[in-house]
Amino acid sequence: MSLALSDVQRIARLARIRVTNSEAAALRDQLNGIFRLIEEMQAADTAGVAPMAHAGELAQRLRADLATEPNQREKFQAVAPAVEAGLYLVPRVIE
Amino acid sequence: MIDATVKTLSSLLAAGKLSAAELAQEFLRRIDAYNGRINAFITVDRERTLAEARRADDLRAADRAGPLTGIPLAQKDIFCADGWLTTCGSKMLSNFVAPYDATVIAKFKQAGAVNLGKTNMDEFAMGSSNETSFYGPVKNPWNDQMVPGGSSGGSAAAVAARLAPAATGTDTGGSIRQPAALCGITGVKPTYGICSRYGMIAFASSLDQAGPMAKTAEDCALLLNAMAGFDPLDSTSLERPPEDYARDLDKPLSGLRIGLPREFFAAGLDSEVAAAVLAAVDELKKLGATTAEVTLASAGLAIPVYYVLAPAEASSNLARFDGVRYGYRAPEYADLDDMYCKTRAQGFGAEVKRRILIGTYVLSAGYYDAYYLQAQKIRRLIAHDFGDAFKVCDVIAGPTAPNTAFKLGAKADDPVQMYLNDLYTIPANLAGLPGMSLPCGFDSKGLPIGLQLVGDYFSEAKMLNVAHQYQLATDWHARKPQGY
Repeated sequence: MSLALSDVQRIARLARIRVTNSEAAALRDQLNGIFRLIEEMQAADTAGVAPMAHAGELAQRLRADLATEPNQREKFQAVAPAVEAGLYLVPRVIE
Repeated sequence: MIDATVKTLSSLLAAGKLSAAELAQEFLRRIDAYNGRINAFITVDRERTLAEARRADDLRAADRAGPLTGIPLAQKDIFCADGWLTTCGSKMLSNFVAPYDATVIAKFKQAGAVNLGKTNMDEFAMGSSNETSFYGPVKNPWNDQMVPGGSSGGSAAAVAARLAPAATGTDTGGSIRQPAALCGITGVKPTYGICSRYGMIAFASSLDQAGPMAKTAEDCALLLNAMAGFDPLDSTSLERPPEDYARDLDKPLSGLRIGLPREFFAAGLDSEVAAAVLAAVDELKKLGATTAEVTLASAGLAIPVYYVLAPAEASSNLARFDGVRYGYRAPEYADLDDMYCKTRAQGFGAEVKRRILIGTYVLSAGYYDAYYLQAQKIRRLIAHDFGDAFKVCDVIAGPTAPNTAFKLGAKADDPVQMYLNDLYTIPANLAGLPGMSLPCGFDSKGLPIGLQLVGDYFSEAKMLNVAHQYQLATDWHARKPQGY
């Protein structure tokens, strides 16, 4: 497979990363180089092999449905780019 | 004092021959004097460090000191530390003062260790040379034209240059072991799930694991004793009884079976590295070990598998950096979507963007089975290979990296060449096994060579035993770069 410029723009759009046309051209070449490496995987016979998502094969632990965290809103919002009255500010999305 | 191990410093502190404050002052002085040359630290906060040192001295005065009380440790800038700038090597977090402690940081604090500063790293731990850091590359103390390895390059360089007695790192595909090898120090990646990932900024959650970096295996064991342990705040933390990772250090190696994977000594391995690693294996044989050839047939696909799985997980993990709750936000934008896209375009560096794009692509509709699922299946084959190998050996030995430190800039523009540096380290991450690197010689350019050991699940104590016995018989780990 080989990525076209339009593929790069499409995935950049999905990833919410602005990419200029000249950046997209350079990225296409780099990504195609990386995918040539990745394509080596296709040679492996994996018929009947169960996918391994995780090293530990873990089950999710459950805990009691209790509030355990104290409210630290002010501390956590102190590092936010824009807050007001305890709310995070973003550009208007609903007219 | 600067060449002393953590073990020695711990005894000096316990005997009252040294105070935590004096020790912290000495290392802060060294950071002042040498950090300009190697760029190992992103943040040094003298006042905070000295306050922690005084608290350690108070703990000792109150007879509440443990083995790490008063020991200054350099912390990789991937760990959130309350009140400390925590950047993860990225412009995206260049203004992020962490509002809480990672569990690893909290555990060290509880043990009375002193945070000496936050070390430089590849951006979001994505890199093998420390050149992707927003804060500039770290230089290798053995030769400042060379990279220190990555992503925990700042931690490795700091320990090598004696700017810290020990440090923390994280290892997703080799990020503790490879810089440890390239800087001539000892570093351990524990079994996945041993050290909590809470507060450790996530790159690839099924692979990321924290571990110690120090001059000796014995020091790594002491640090691991403090770092490891079950944490309810990390859903992948393993519920196991606490263990003393130093318990087997003094055991003789007679009867030890070392597996040598054919694939780790094949084409692509530098001949000087191969010679040093084989000489180290011979040394272990003199200490009573035997060797057997083993096969990790699928390990050759570890790099392609890793560059599907790690970017896939990263693309999901790094979706949180959107300029809303913390970190960088683009100064100008038209609307919310434009704010996200510009924030991420400006806040992430080139390598991070590449990996997010790879991950986004392999997870996108129509490609999932061919890439993500296929990679997960080969991941199981790799884990099985290790399982078979450990039926005939106790520990696997081989090179940590295919080469010694390379020149700054040499691979920076060629991602594929850079990725190949982690050929021998990635398989252990995919399987979730413990691995470590320890110094085993130098090449003709005077650059350190690393011996890698990989153990079976939860065999850290055994692996550290092998490394410690090797370090009792050799002095590669005690060498230090000139001029420091």
